Amino acid sequence: MRNEECKMTGAAPWAGFRRWCRVVVGLLGVFLVLWASTSALAQASAGRSKSLADTRLELPSAAQVADVLLLRDYNTRVVVLGTMLLGLGAGVIGTFLLLRKRALMGDALSHATLPGIALAFIVMTRFGGSGKSLPGLLVGATIFGGIGVACVLLIRGATRLKEDTALGIVLSVFFGLGVSVLGVIQKMDTGSAAGLESFIYGKTASMLASDAKLIAGAAALTVVGCAIFYKEFSLLCFDESFARSQGWPRLLLDGAMMAMVVMITVIGLGAVGLILMIALLVIPPAAARFWSHRLGPTVLIAGGIGAASGWVGASISALAARLPAGAIIVLTAAAAFVLSMIFGVQRGVLVRGVELWRLRRSVARQHLLRAMYEAEESGSAGAGVGEVELLRARSWSRRALGGGLRRARSAGEVEPGDAGRWRLTEAGRVAAARVVRNHRLWELYLVTHADIAPSHVDRDADELEHVLGAAMVEELELLLARDESRAVVPASPHAL
Amino acid sequence: MNWSSYDTWIVLTGALCAAACALPGTFLVLRRMSMMGDAISHAVLPGLAAAFMLTGSRGSWVMFAGAAAVGVLTALFTQWVHRLGKVEESAAMGVVFTALFALGLVMLVQAADDVDLDPGCVLYGSLELAPLDARSFFGASVPRAALMLGAVFLVNLVLVVVFYKELRISSFDPELSTTLGIPGGLMHYGLMTMVAVTTVAAFESVGSILVIAMLIVPAASARLLTDRLWLTLALSVALGAGGAALGHVGAITVPTWFGFVDTGTAGMTAAAAGAIFILCLLAGPRHGLVSRFVHRLGLALRIAREDVLGLLYRLEEAGGARRARAGEVASLMRSAIGGGGTVTRLAVADLRRRGRVRSRSGELHLTPLGREDARKLVRSHRLWETYVARHFALPPDHLHPSAERAEHFLSRDMRRAIEDEADLPTRDPHGAPIPERTKESS
Repeated sequence: MRNEECKMTGAAPWAGFRRWCRVVVGLLGVFLVLWASTSALAQASAGRSKSLADTRLELPSAAQVADVLLLRDYNTRVVVLGTMLLGLGAGVIGTFLLLRKRALMGDALSHATLPGIALAFIVMTRFGGSGKSLPGLLVGATIFGGIGVACVLLIRGATRLKEDTALGIVLSVFFGLGVSVLGVIQKMDTGSAAGLESFIYGKTASMLASDAKLIAGAAALTVVGCAIFYKEFSLLCFDESFARSQGWPRLLLDGAMMAMVVMITVIGLGAVGLILMIALLVIPPAAARFWSHRLGPTVLIAGGIGAASGWVGASISALAARLPAGAIIVLTAAAAFVLSMIFGVQRGVLVRGVELWRLRRSVARQHLLRAMYEAEESGSAGAGVGEVELLRARSWSRRALGGGLRRARSAGEVEPGDAGRWRLTEAGRVAAARVVRNHRLWELYLVTHADIAPSHVDRDADELEHVLGAAMVEELELLLARDESRAVVPASPHAL
Repeated sequence: MNWSSYDTWIVLTGALCAAACALPGTFLVLRRMSMMGDAISHAVLPGLAAAFMLTGSRGSWVMFAGAAAVGVLTALFTQWVHRLGKVEESAAMGVVFTALFALGLVMLVQAADDVDLDPGCVLYGSLELAPLDARSFFGASVPRAALMLGAVFLVNLVLVVVFYKELRISSFDPELSTTLGIPGGLMHYGLMTMVAVTTVAAFESVGSILVIAMLIVPAASARLLTDRLWLTLALSVALGAGGAALGHVGAITVPTWFGFVDTGTAGMTAAAAGAIFILCLLAGPRHGLVSRFVHRLGLALRIAREDVLGLLYRLEEAGGARRARAGEVASLMRSAIGGGGTVTRLAVADLRRRGRVRSRSGELHLTPLGREDARKLVRSHRLWETYVARHFALPPDHLHPSAERAEHFLSRDMRRAIEDEADLPTRDPHGAPIPERTKESS
């Protein structure tokens, strides 16, 4: 429909051209990305073998695959379980974040922890500690993560700046602060800061059992917390002002939610690094939304996708040690997202595309039937309608009209007459009469009750004729208790 | 602190970078797409890696083109996920840029054997090393980064000047710009290309996080200072450049206060930009927290002054049986209006200074001047109650709260308009007399 309207206004060539440009460029990009990933993998497997370390990535044997999948290896077991649990917890709490339109909060938050980590390191070294004791670093990270979240909310609430700007400011300024403190640390003579970098890139593949236990605790706390506050959180996500009017402690609940986010982020950061943490908070929930309209299933699916990405990604990287585990997990999650976006049963592109296509088909069929009916009505009966007349009746292309006629013919609604003209069959006329009747009833309603000029009602009725239900039609008949509406098909209120 | 020409070049490079970033950054902030800078600057990683893998060289131009292309692709993919998948825009951004960054990381690890592209350099940049790589430019030896960033700044400046009107309309009112025939998509992707190119040019020298700081923070600061777009642009350029200077000075000096050596300029510049932002947040002329607080305090004081006058007038009216002790006013106010406390005490002091009230043997009295003001106020109050009772079917006990608010802003003209109604009663709906209009109070 839109295309045809564009054609009428003459904007079509440009609009179409620009859209195609965008699609072509985008597809080129997709190919580029696909090519890049395959070539990266290929290069890894071909292993342009340097003399020193043989970096060849051999295809793993079945025994190796089984080892990894059955978690026989201790290290693999730790990494796979840790990332799975992290994916689960992040997916669950991330769903609420996504619904609160705070998907990128994890981004700002995880960058904001850096100065906390660095300062904690300095403080601990000053007081003679090891400087890299995990609890101390986590405390520092948590404090600054909390401050970061508070700053975002403050900037958003107290100034004219919007959420995205607040996130950008907090993210970059805190991270800059952290980088400069790290710069100071690197020039300190006491102790090296080498391990701190892992908070940025992660050290997924070398996760320790203690990390995994910590993650397990955080994930359990998150899942249990979300289960307990499920009702409150869903209220907060969908109708904040209702929650307030009902007297829920909104700030407290919001605080609890953000505290869970801070907790899982801080603990995850130490184990898997910044980008993976952001990805685990955003991607699984976004993917889960394609599979369900309901909150409960979405939360569960998001947790599942997060866990599955962790499992698959960690397994792949266990088999191919040269690939960085964190990045592989992100890519696994991204693949899950793309699959969900295409095949998701509720909001997936394919499902919605098919629905749209069906709707277009049925609208086109009804338009054809009405055009045929009206042409037969005004022309001499029995002679049939020529394609030229039909083309003039409505702004459709010759191809669209041909396709419509072909489909209507196989449905037995039209039949070819003499000399390339077309006729409605009996069944077709009945169906067409119903469509035309709906159209004209609505037109009459608009003319009588909405005071719209007869010359203006055609367009409006055009859109509504397809969705008028039986009950609506009955009501219209009652409203328009006039002679013409009782006729099988009322006369058109305007010239055809 | 010993300053050398080396430091000058660092500051100049940083300032040029900030200026180049501030121009597109202002529009990002206006269009609520601040995080796009973040997304693009992370996502260029695979572009760098792919450009290297394709050509096998570290040629600056190839890398530049590859990264910029992927930057624009980030914007495109984000739009796709947003439109096709009906995913919220910021979430779409998060999905796209983390995935691209991960891809870039994988590719980088593959390529790392052959090239020194380490992620640390991407994140932090190396502003300090910029002056080492110098080119001669009209005889003078200028750092390559400064030349490049200067060129990008000029290109951005020309683009913003040429498309100023279109950018402005499409940023503030997308619907209007569509009806005016300004292609929204073209403006969007044009701006995205500008951001991508600027980001890529900048992050080689200053690192990806600092790019975000330079894109967003000065623009946000400028936005708190002014409402005019051209001034916002100019101020964000100036604030960004100032932040760069402050950042380098800070990097050299601040750590020495705590007994350390010094730290990286890039991180410190982001922190300096943050400090400037906080300053603007506090001291902005109209949107600053301080000026808003002062404004609100002034309003609260005025209302409290008027409430105290009204209270004293009503007490006088009640026959003088009760007089307000100076200390009592606050508690009386609290029971009458729910105000009270510090603001009331300030208001009483203010009224005394203005000669509206006088305290005699511990009691507060209205002076003639004060009585005149109070009469005006109570008159407004009771006129409003009369008016509302006449025109809206409200029960009498619902009239007071709205009059309590209206009394503070009823102007003389509005009072006149209510008086002009036929047969205005002399008493309000609660039975209290409406104070007469005197010559002065009219």
